[in-house]
Amino acid sequence: MNQTIVPAASVLHPTAAFARPVKMRGEKVTVHYGAKQALFEVNLEIPERQVTALIGPSGCGKSTFLRCLNRMNDTIEGARVGGMITLDGEDIYDPTLDVVELRARVGMVFQKPNPFPKSIFDNVAYGPRIHGLARSKSDIEEIVVTSLRRAGLFEEVKDRLHEAGTGLSGGQQQRLCIARAIAVSPEVILMDEPCSALDPIATAKVEELIDELRQNYTIVIVTHSMQQAARVSQITAMFHLGNLVEVGPTEKMFQNPDDKRTQDYITGRFG
Amino acid sequence: MDEHIVRSYDEELKFIARCISEMGGQAERIVERSVSALIQSDWGLANSVVADDALLDAAQREVDERAIMMIAKRQPMAQDLREIIGAIRISSDLERIGDLGKNIAKRVIAVQDHTQPIRLVRGIEHLSELALDQLKDVLDAYASRDHQRAQSVRQNDEEIDAMYTSIFRELLTYMMEDPRNITACTHLLFSAKNIERIGDHATNIAETVYYIRTGQQMNLDRPKGDSTTSMVLPQTNDGEAVDEDR
Repeated sequence: MNQTIVPAASVLHPTAAFARPVKMRGEKVTVHYGAKQALFEVNLEIPERQVTALIGPSGCGKSTFLRCLNRMNDTIEGARVGGMITLDGEDIYDPTLDVVELRARVGMVFQKPNPFPKSIFDNVAYGPRIHGLARSKSDIEEIVVTSLRRAGLFEEVKDRLHEAGTGLSGGQQQRLCIARAIAVSPEVILMDEPCSALDPIATAKVEELIDELRQNYTIVIVTHSMQQAARVSQITAMFHLGNLVEVGPTEKMFQNPDDKRTQDYITGRFG
Repeated sequence: MDEHIVRSYDEELKFIARCISEMGGQAERIVERSVSALIQSDWGLANSVVADDALLDAAQREVDERAIMMIAKRQPMAQDLREIIGAIRISSDLERIGDLGKNIAKRVIAVQDHTQPIRLVRGIEHLSELALDQLKDVLDAYASRDHQRAQSVRQNDEEIDAMYTSIFRELLTYMMEDPRNITACTHLLFSAKNIERIGDHATNIAETVYYIRTGQQMNLDRPKGDSTTSMVLPQTNDGEAVDEDR
């Protein structure tokens, strides 16, 4: 019985998660797609090494906000981002900032698993290679194995690393994408509905993985499943019609939210 | 309460709330009738109370099953979750109240051959009125989800405790006066204790109503007026202390 019993601090002190240092901060973030405004002055802090869940009905701006965090909105024609977003206090919209480097620090996993049409090995090795993170072949091998292990996929694929990544099951492909995201040692991982295309077992595996990744990474997840947000996150932020409605410790948000819109949304009353 | 997108969800919630209200009415009747059976030594009435309690037990099981099914099916959140968990708790408190009432009814046969001092009977009658008022108040608080009313129910429990303490003391005195009173007085003592417990269950329900409405737990320290746990026999006439295990 050497194991230290750590009390579930978040239950006893629901604000404990807020006490963490802030990894990313959005201040008065606005987004326009052409003439249409999609986000209205959102202020949100993302605490370090916690899972922050963004919830809200479709079109509420949660994915838009997520995509601002690694400047994925830059790739959308007509999208304009206002306000300020910082990573460790640095403005990520600074014109002198290298966006490729930013996206290495703030990785992303998408809704549909999108492995490259390459081998499992090359899928994971791609990032470290282009970012020059590995000098030798053995370095690359080590990164690939470690990343696959961390993503909980290594045991399942270790005998077929050179088969196509697209040949894996949906859940395995998603974990491959997570392995690919963590291979470049990001600090923040953004997940846009990472389980919506997965069956319950694959979902459970990804959720388990998210919980482990929290030890080393800051995670922001957009999800349509309220139960998933309740299970995996420490902080939940509720969006509606482009506004941040309420943000708080997940326990509180799902047991006794302050805002009527949050209450209506999570209990299935939204019209 | 606003409507859910899924209408059958609303219906299920309403059904559970209705079950609780009905159970509340039944529990009230059981307590009322068991006390009047005790006071009037009415055997027939006592028997029908015992039969009624079975209905309350069945209703509690029904609420439990429905609530568990809803949790499995709907994965309720926030207010809805509290409603359902609250229903489980309240139905179990009401079921216990029914049991306590039934227990009083069962004692009617044991005390009916003994003449009971009229003052004691009045005391128990009054105690049961207090408990029934509490029960009625808390059921109203539930029906209107009124947390302030629930709070005042909890405050009032002290009065029942104080009344129970005084009955306890009186019963001890009667038993000492004449050992032939012991059988009847012991049963009356248990009846009084049961009524006091009914008040405690009303307090539990008040706490649950408060939780359902606010999402907060009431603070831990309940008002306490029951001091019988440390009470010893009064002094005898010749001034000699009588200790409890004599």
